[in-house]
This record gives sequence, C-alpha cells and structure tokens, in this order.
Amino acid sequence: MSGVLEVLSCGPAVTVQDMGRTGYLAQGLTQGGAADRLALYEGAALLGQPANLAALEMVGMGGSFRASADMRIALTGAPMTATLDDAPLVWNASHLLTAGATLKIGGARSGTYGYLHVGGGIDTPVMMGARGAHLSAGLGAALVAGDTLPTGKDKGSETGLTLPVENRFDGGRIRITASMQTDQFDTGTQERFAQTAFRRDPRGNRMGVRMDHDGAPFVAADQLTILSDVIVTGDIQIAGDGAPFVLMCESQTTGGYPRIATVLPSDLGRVAQAPAGAILSFEFIALEDARTIEQRAASSRASLAATVVPLLRDPASIRDLLSYQLISGAISATTNHLTIEE
Amino acid sequence: MMAEFPRIRIVGLSGLLIQFGNEMSEPANRAAIAFRAAVEAQDWPEVRETSTSLVSTFVSVDLAANAPQELIEKLQALIGTTDWFSAPLPAGRTLWEIPTLYGTEAAPQLEEAAEAAGVSAETAIQELSSARVRVLTIGFAPGQPYTGELPPHWNIPRQQALTKSVPAGALVVAIRQLIIFTNASPTGWRHVGQTAFRTFRPDHTTPFPLSPGDELQFPSVTAAEYEGIVQGDTSGNGGAQRQVLA
Repeated sequence: MSGVLEVLSCGPAVTVQDMGRTGYLAQGLTQGGAADRLALYEGAALLGQPANLAALEMVGMGGSFRASADMRIALTGAPMTATLDDAPLVWNASHLLTAGATLKIGGARSGTYGYLHVGGGIDTPVMMGARGAHLSAGLGAALVAGDTLPTGKDKGSETGLTLPVENRFDGGRIRITASMQTDQFDTGTQERFAQTAFRRDPRGNRMGVRMDHDGAPFVAADQLTILSDVIVTGDIQIAGDGAPFVLMCESQTTGGYPRIATVLPSDLGRVAQAPAGAILSFEFIALEDARTIEQRAASSRASLAATVVPLLRDPASIRDLLSYQLISGAISATTNHLTIEE
Repeated sequence: MMAEFPRIRIVGLSGLLIQFGNEMSEPANRAAIAFRAAVEAQDWPEVRETSTSLVSTFVSVDLAANAPQELIEKLQALIGTTDWFSAPLPAGRTLWEIPTLYGTEAAPQLEEAAEAAGVSAETAIQELSSARVRVLTIGFAPGQPYTGELPPHWNIPRQQALTKSVPAGALVVAIRQLIIFTNASPTGWRHVGQTAFRTFRPDHTTPFPLSPGDELQFPSVTAAEYEGIVQGDTSGNGGAQRQVLA
C-alpha cells in the first residue's frame, strides 16, 4: 500500500515532522523535528515501522484528510477528537483509512501537539537531510488545504492496535540538570527556581515556551556580561524580564541570556505538550542520575513495540474515551506573539 | 586569563563546551575555530557534531550514553598539544565584497548609529564601507554571520527598545560587530545598511555561503545601483564579488 494523502482543510500549524536534521549546528541551524519525540516512537510502534519516518504534527487542532488508496494510520501525542466518515476513532491507536473516506481531526482535548502517522511514512522531498519543516529557519511550510502528500511504501498490514501512554499532556514535574551557566545563579536563586510553581504562558511555539510565575524575577550574578554561547534544546534561558523560557527544538543556536538549567531530553515532550495555563515545576537532578533516567527512557522507547495490544472495540469504553470535554482550538496554534530577538 | 582558559564545561546531557575566554577577543576566537577543526579531525565516534560560538567550541555528544569523564580527558589531552590562542586562521578562506545601500529608507538607523559611535553619517558610511571584518561565528539563525571587530568607537550598545522587524539581508551594528540578518527579525541591533546577500540558501548546493574566518567588506552603492543588483542578481550573492584568500 502506498498512496497520496490529501489535505482537505487543516489548522494553521500542521507540518510534516520527523527527527529533524543534525550536523548543521555550526551553520546556525538547530535540529528541529517533532516537538514531542516520544509520539514519533509511539506511532512507529503502532504501525510496526521505523521511528524516523515522517508524520504530520498538528498544533492544537488537526484537519480533514482523504487518502487516494487504503492507508494505515496511527494517532498519537495530544489526544484530539477524530472521526472516520463521522465514526469516532480512538486516539493512541492505529486504524485503516479507506480510500476516499474522510478523516477529521479536531481540537486537542489535552496537550498541544497531536500526530498523524501513515504506514510507510510521509514521503515528501528530503530537505537538507530531513523532511521536517523548520519554519523559523525558512525550511518547508505549514500545510494548507489542497496539499497532497505522497506516502512511502507500507510494509505492514495490521491496524486496530493501541498502546498504553503515560499522561504527559498537562504539565507537571519537569526534571532538569545543571548546565554550563547554572553556577551564574546563586544557590538561593536555584532553590527558589526549583520551589516555584510556573504557569505555561500562552506565548509558546516550536522555538520556545515561556513560563510565568508570581514573585521576583530570576536574575543571574552578571546577567548583562554573559557572552553569547551555544544553546542546546531544553535550555532554560532567563530573559531580560527574569521569566524562564524553555528553548525548544526550533530555537536559535546561540544566545546571550543566561541558562539556569536544561530540561532532560525525555521530559521535553511534557514541556512542549503543556497547554497554556498548565502548572509546571522544575526539579534539579544530578548528572549521574539524569544519565540513568535517560538510559532507561531510551530502553523503554526501544521496547515500545512490545507494549502494543489489540484495540478492544468495547462500545462502553469508546463512549468513555469520547466523553472528554471538547475544547476546539483552545491552544492557539501559531507563533503567538512570541519573539526571540538578537 | 590564559591560566583560567581554556576550560571545559558540561552542557547538560548534550555535550561539552570548551571556552577560550569570557569576552570576545581575536586570539580566543581563532582558538575556538582551530580547536573545532582539531576535534573534527580526531573523528571520535561518540561526537555527533561540533560548532563554535564567539570564543568557544561545542562538542555534541550524548552524555547519557557516553560518560563525560572519558571525553573530558581526551579533550584535555588535545588542548595540551598546542597553544590554541596562537593558532592560524583556517585555510581556504574567502573575501566577500557585498554591495550595501547605507541609510535611506532602506536602512533607517544609520544616523542614529553614527551618533552613538560619535561620528557623522558620512564618516560612518566611509568607515563601515571600508572596514574589512572577519566572520567570527555563524549562528543564531542559519548561515547568519557575526563579523568584527570594528574600531573601538563602534562599541555601541544594543537598543533597549527592539526594532519590530528588519528584513533579510539587513546589515546591523552593535558592540563592534556587524551582522547580516538571515531572516526578517526583531532586533536590538541598529539597521545601518541593506544588502541583497542571502546568508542561507536552502535550495543551493552550498546552502551556507559564509564560514568562520571568511572576510567581508561592505562597499557603499547608490539606491539605483542597489535596485539594479536586486533586479539583476538572482543567485543570492546580491552582486557580491568573491576571491579566495591565500
């Protein structure tokens, strides 16, 4: 099976995403790729295919799609309302999208980034080593109605599978570790940072997510004299107003604002998914413990396929899954007044 | 300072940073560029990629899978092989002469920048168009060069209030450096000139025309000449002349 997926309509921030591109940091281009990496692994496990295949990332809301030929799909990440010719589809599961049928994906019920995977992956042209759009760099573009997306050859045939997913869509505790400028913040400031309950500001996108809090701004010892230096994804930058800003996959490559810590890679999806207003807090983890956490996360990603089980078509449980309040478009999907300046 | 630097810092779980100073200096910049090349030449299997900032080299390594201590020891050994602060500039550098329209509506902050630098607008154009600056680092946005250093009186601060947006190709100045912006962007740097030079060309075989160590000049052209370049040169070079430096 392979075919073309047609976009009948879609939200303002639906893009093709994959694991992004490495090797261009020295040229000023960050890796980009899916904001919630784990969702790519989950989609791959559901469809029994490699995790580096491209999928559609849908911010806040999805769209309507039609396939030219029967196509396997999987839905992961932020749970969204989904129907196939008006029949409800279960999230975190694989399904058969029959030729000519209409797949409708609405607003996120929780979280921010939903993913639509297809068997064989989205097969748009590779740009500088990857298919993922990197909008801040000017690589690729958000999808619009009328776009047609080629899909790769699907080597699998199973659908109707699901897998257990830990809720990472409502903020919560974020594990961080020290980075190269952490000691520019005195111990008291670091402790206050770890004790503060932050709210995810509405201003946030694939470049970064701003955190609001009550109380004094966070200030580094010599805030103004820090020389511009490398940024890595997950760095928590303290901008001029003293508010933390978690730099995400599509951030700039260098910056002169001090970084108080960096988010553990396996918790970045939870930061990305936190909807506006969600409460987050940060917990410092020693480097050795952080390494252990990441090693465990890597091995659990590698064994996701073993957690896949057949979807029980129990009408009661489906009704239950659909009983979430529908919050269509609650997350504004685009750049949202967020500016990162030099 | 030389005793304190170079120093190695752990960057979360993402890699190691070798800092050659805590402020911009020509020797520290050269050291960072040369040290990056040396790390690349080692071809260590755990190194994913490397980059430089103004005075530091970043070595990207998955520190969850690779214990930092081993790599720190390898880096320390490499640091000890030579005096990086006196390393030569990279070979095969290019000199670019990029035609620039100074002032006018196209670059409305020339007068303001000149005033901050304590010179007249005419002198500012004369100085900026004859300065030969070097690419100190590429960063922030794809292909975007930070070049310098201008004479000390150009050590002007960034503006407190941001300019909402300057266009791609904008030549902006602050802290003795000039940047050509890759994409339209808000900025605290002052917009003194406009070029048609594209620093990121995703569809070209050479997407990033500039490299650290390259030298740049920004000769002044008239509005009519600039318009001619915009119409006539679709290569992305914006009418720039280039020559390979020995």
